[in-house]
Amino acid sequence: MSKSRSELSLILTGVARDPLGLMGLIIVGTIIFCALFAAWITPHDPIGMNIKDRLQGPSLTYLLGTDQLGRDTFSRVIMGGQVALKVALPAVFGAMIIGLTLGMIAGYGPKWLDNLLMLFFDTIRSFPTVMFALAVVALVGPSLQTVVFVVMATSIPTYGRVARTQTLTLRNSEFILAERSMGAGMARILGVHMLPNIIGVLAVLAAMDIPTVIALEAGLSFLGLGVKPPTPSWGALLKDGYALIRQTPWLVVGGGLPIILATLGFTFLGESLRDVVDPKLRKQR
Amino acid sequence: MSDTLLQIDNLGVDYETARGDLKALRDITFDVNRGEIVGIVGESGCGKSTLISSILRLTAPNTRFRQGEIRFKGQDLLPLSERRMRALRGEDISIVFQDPMQTHNPVLTIGQQMLDIQHRSKASKAEKRARAAKMLGAVGIPDPEARLDQFPHEFSGGMRQRIAIAMALMSEPDLLIADEPTTALDATLEVQIIERLQELQQQFDCAILFISHHLGVIAELCDRVVVMYAGAVIESGDVREIFHNPKHPYTRRLIDCDPGHIKTRARVLPTIPGEVPDLANLPEGCIFRDRCDQALPCCAHQVPPLTQLQEGHRAACWLNHEEVSA
Repeated sequence: MSKSRSELSLILTGVARDPLGLMGLIIVGTIIFCALFAAWITPHDPIGMNIKDRLQGPSLTYLLGTDQLGRDTFSRVIMGGQVALKVALPAVFGAMIIGLTLGMIAGYGPKWLDNLLMLFFDTIRSFPTVMFALAVVALVGPSLQTVVFVVMATSIPTYGRVARTQTLTLRNSEFILAERSMGAGMARILGVHMLPNIIGVLAVLAAMDIPTVIALEAGLSFLGLGVKPPTPSWGALLKDGYALIRQTPWLVVGGGLPIILATLGFTFLGESLRDVVDPKLRKQR
Repeated sequence: MSDTLLQIDNLGVDYETARGDLKALRDITFDVNRGEIVGIVGESGCGKSTLISSILRLTAPNTRFRQGEIRFKGQDLLPLSERRMRALRGEDISIVFQDPMQTHNPVLTIGQQMLDIQHRSKASKAEKRARAAKMLGAVGIPDPEARLDQFPHEFSGGMRQRIAIAMALMSEPDLLIADEPTTALDATLEVQIIERLQELQQQFDCAILFISHHLGVIAELCDRVVVMYAGAVIESGDVREIFHNPKHPYTRRLIDCDPGHIKTRARVLPTIPGEVPDLANLPEGCIFRDRCDQALPCCAHQVPPLTQLQEGHRAACWLNHEEVSA
């Protein structure tokens, strides 16, 4: 186990050495820290109303001002980060694991199964995400779980296709033939020998996918299809800010800035991870 | 000692292609005895690789076994179930591939891989690790215990090939197939690997099927040699006999082309003019006729049979049949 830990620290050191990667690491670290300790960081109750102090600008009491119901925007931004990660992480990791499994089976299994799975992937991909989300929300109603489900379902094909392509390339490589000639069965080849070769690529893809999912959650919430009020969400903040833009600009700032930061942070991290994880690039170091 | 381990009988293998069936192997017959080193020589595309993948049954999906048998310890391998075949691979028969830079998983340490191939053993992890270290030591990797934790790219080509040999010998197989194990290495390493193979062969007493197109190596290492041309065996026999008294024009010219045999400086290295015939559309008669400078009229119509000329020497050429060539 100590070996895989040193491998992880090696990757983190590699990311931290790259200025963009370091920036990504700091931003993502901050977001995760805020989300984990939201209950202690938020100066006010994020859903507690205080009509007296409605639509205020930034002050020492309200760092980012208040909204139309007098709720502290800063607290809502922090809580919104927690919501964003609650959607993004399970959706992305769920999609990655399902996509990886199906993709590897498609790549290594018989041709008919490959065709069937590819048909499945292409069918899902042909749905526009927002339309699909609208349909699902209309059926079961808006909630955090609905958003997670929609995002997960629509991202499975991306991971599945990448995993399939990787498997197809590896399947004809000489070392896999060598393993087969040593008597390794399908489970051993996929689990022990192919998985470690594929997981790095997919992890990078996942890191790059998280900002897309955060933006998607914000977009769905902006349309009123995401999490239900009064649960704070960056998209919902933006929506309120959009309606009240003539009274105060601070709601739009409070909703927009974290989305931009999170998107940038995860993208930087993902790109830097890609450079570090790629075994071909790593060898040259 | 002289009992037969691997016996290949009239093996015919085709590849189904869009252009029709490619007759990759035709009437292959030879055998390998226990503890013996048999070499297979032939130029690229003569069916050497098809032959080994057929023995292991790790063939491409369009491969068709048309006729013949591959008997290992008396049992025909071709009708065996995939399950039973898998049990043989890496246990009774193992293989060392040509390119040591490609045969190891790049993201797993050598130790992880050497432990993984012992998946059939019930031994504890520590015992497996000790065994892996012992095998690395046996092929001459210094400080094996520490090097188990290194990745393949941290080893040189020669070391990687020795590791591949260690992995192949781990289960003490009865038959080791070496598919041009020295082609990707430079000359000094080649000698090292050959010497190591010879030592290990005596130590483990396994038979080796050694595929190469380097005649010098074959002469050095093997007891017997099988010469293949365009998917057929054209000559086989004792290594000295073949090298000193070749009975097929192809073998003779192959020996003439070996740079190690050329004594005088020449501007142009000797070659065998012409090309290997199209295996999807075989010519009538002898397959070597177009490139043979001693072709007889009968070579155009009739395929020369692989006939026994003397004890342990067979060749497929009409020149050895007095009634035809006279």
